[in-house]
Amino acid sequence: MTDPVLSAEKVSRSFGPIQVLFDIDFDLCPGEVHALIGENGAGKSTMMKILGGYLDPTGGGLRMDGKPVSFADHRQAEAAGVIMIHQEFNLALQLTVEQNMFLGRELTRGPFLDHAAMQAESRRLLEALNCPLDPRLRISEISVPNRQMVEIARAMGRNAKVLIMDEPTAVLTGRETEILLDQIDRLRANGTAILYTSHKLDEIARIADRITVLRDGHLVAHASAADMTPDQMAEAMVGRELSDLFPEKNVAQTETVLEVENLTVPGHVRNASFTLRRGEVLGVAGLVGAGRTELMEGVVGLRNATGTVRVMGKPLPGGSVLAAREAGLVYLTEDRKDKGLLLGKSLRENLTLLALDKFTKVRIDKAAEDRALTKAFTDFDIRAGDREMHAGNLSGGNQQKLLLAKTMLADPDIVIIDEPTRGIDIGTKQQIYQFISRLAAEGKSVIVVSSELTEVMGLANRVMVMGRGYIAGELEGDAITENAILQLAMKKQDEEAVPA
Amino acid sequence: MTDATTTTPPRRMRLNLNVLGPLLAMVALIIIGATLNLSFLSAENLTNVAARSAFIGIIAVGMTFVITAGGIDLSVGAMAAFVAGVMIMVMNSLVPVMGAGVPLVLVGMAVALVVGIAAGLLNGVLISKVGIEAFIVTLGTMGIYRSLVTWLADGGTLSLDFALRGVYRPVYYDGILGLSWPIIVFAIVAIIGELAMRHTAFGRHCAAIGANEQVATYSAVKVARVRMATYAVLGMLVGLATIMYVPRLGSASGNTGVLWELEAIAAVIIGGTVLKGGFGRVWGTVVGVLILSLIGNILNLASIVSPYLNGAIQGVIVILAVVLQRERWSTTWKTWSPRAGSTRWSFFPSKASL
Repeated sequence: MTDPVLSAEKVSRSFGPIQVLFDIDFDLCPGEVHALIGENGAGKSTMMKILGGYLDPTGGGLRMDGKPVSFADHRQAEAAGVIMIHQEFNLALQLTVEQNMFLGRELTRGPFLDHAAMQAESRRLLEALNCPLDPRLRISEISVPNRQMVEIARAMGRNAKVLIMDEPTAVLTGRETEILLDQIDRLRANGTAILYTSHKLDEIARIADRITVLRDGHLVAHASAADMTPDQMAEAMVGRELSDLFPEKNVAQTETVLEVENLTVPGHVRNASFTLRRGEVLGVAGLVGAGRTELMEGVVGLRNATGTVRVMGKPLPGGSVLAAREAGLVYLTEDRKDKGLLLGKSLRENLTLLALDKFTKVRIDKAAEDRALTKAFTDFDIRAGDREMHAGNLSGGNQQKLLLAKTMLADPDIVIIDEPTRGIDIGTKQQIYQFISRLAAEGKSVIVVSSELTEVMGLANRVMVMGRGYIAGELEGDAITENAILQLAMKKQDEEAVPA
Repeated sequence: MTDATTTTPPRRMRLNLNVLGPLLAMVALIIIGATLNLSFLSAENLTNVAARSAFIGIIAVGMTFVITAGGIDLSVGAMAAFVAGVMIMVMNSLVPVMGAGVPLVLVGMAVALVVGIAAGLLNGVLISKVGIEAFIVTLGTMGIYRSLVTWLADGGTLSLDFALRGVYRPVYYDGILGLSWPIIVFAIVAIIGELAMRHTAFGRHCAAIGANEQVATYSAVKVARVRMATYAVLGMLVGLATIMYVPRLGSASGNTGVLWELEAIAAVIIGGTVLKGGFGRVWGTVVGVLILSLIGNILNLASIVSPYLNGAIQGVIVILAVVLQRERWSTTWKTWSPRAGSTRWSFFPSKASL
């Protein structure tokens, strides 16, 4: 094995009285992908931030190329070639790809910017990543996976020796993930040391050379990737054996609760029709950009749409989330940080926002709100340090549970959940799966939109697969296989199905 | 508060500068005023301060809702002048028909409220339905109202009919229990405003929209309607302030209400409402208005600093208030929520998975 380029020795970290990392040894070698895995709150982010110069260790230290090093801040770390790519991107949306890639280190010719050189260099870096983007596009105009590529290209432009990737695939679909993993292979071949985190363990098995598992701030396992199966990883992370991740499926009843007919969301979805039965879990699969989210947002009135939506046989007026909620139809967004929760507000205010009228007779009944919060804590196993804390300070899994609690407070009959487990750990995932199953058993109907095929297959009675802007087909029962879903999703679209 | 009736453990009591800051500043000003001039604490002087605060104060309460919902209204000063002008012209023209009596004053008041609400609604529709930036819309309507009133007055002054002035005068100069009507109206508006902000769905929705409009939309909040309502309410309160203001001078001109918008916004910010929206408190605004008036009053009474520096001192106070505000907000998620722009902080202590 080559010598590590960056290593941590007995690193500890405390926040006030709370210690979150205990004597962690961790190293990154050139040409190697080292995966760091653990549940939310295990200390992965803290570890990455220490390595990336965003945080100082409170005990232990770092070595770079064998010599002790201490980064004053992340800029110093970047100058030394250690670059962290955040889960939420660090890109200025209104600037172009090229401007972002050279932000803070613009090339100049005399007093003026050397646009030609910067564009050429941007193009070269992106092409090296097999991502032929026009550097003159604004970040706001390109897709999320492409933004990821721009981040990586930018890091490459700074001659990154160490690349720290915080869940880079959380926002990508299967195919995009494949492309990214290929790029990582290429970076590895070029001798870059890569720290990789993900909640998707099959991905870890595919890409990692070595694996380190953290649990509650302790290093609990360290092994060569060849010696660890995804099941073993999960067990090491959770610290107990995981019985079946997915609960038994229920049998759907015959009554139809939701009928969508010829729904068109301009620019995204054309003529989509489907139905949902009582007690059914309907999975919706498809590539990113297929229009899954847009279709569901059209159904509940968050987007302009034409066509009919009938809830319990009654047509729903378009364009009103409130009307949908009153009819018993709610949508739980995939984007909990930007669309789901008010991160700077208290848990109580977040919990009751959707169903505030239930707590209001002219005046808001704060005592009732507090009782609802207490109930939500137990019903949804939300773990909050302090009742008065802001929603933004909850861990991802607890935020998702709070969002679920908020949605369920509206007492819906039909729940559409978009990406129910994005970016959350396996223990919480299992809780959410059980919750979805329980909803169906209680006679509610659930639509699960997900980019994780295992999730769709494990939960749904029936799977609806979307191609680009249209419904490509449906699968039921034993016909639901990974292959069948992928075939439908990739199916060449018909002439007439071009989205409007 | 209502928390006492719940099972919530009592919140830790600690000296929170952000909450107490405006109050402490007001107390300090009162102490300074009392030491500099004995007549400062006289009932007469204090009611004078309060009465002068009332116009800006009534408007600033409405402004608190607009700003909390992430908006701004620069047109209120010009709007007040316009409402006053229209009100005076309508009343003058109706004197021959109705005679100079109480009914005509009531008609005038109704006109002021209707014109105020209509003007506010116009801002609201342009902002939330047409989708133009609040700053641009109200900058535009500010020019429009200001110029309209100058035009109506033909560059001069619109004066209320002399007989009517006598009937209308008590609305500014009289009162009950030693408090003049403007003070009473201001107090009622402030109390209703405080209750609405803290204890109604409207207040909660304003804060939600200001904090993150998308979350509000996804939470079935009628964003456009609530936002429009904030501007309409503000317009109505401008009308109400004008009703209290007109009997004071009995006239309106192109110079009526100049810079009122800035004083109202300053009062809101001094009171601790966040300029970017998402958090507002009406009681803070009331304190903010009083602080601004007290500064002017003290400078007039004491001869240490020239009253001409009034604006400078007010400016310092506004900036100071925002600095204090930042202390608090920098430790929350608010600073890097999407509204705060695309800049991000190099380190965020509250990152979910620490």
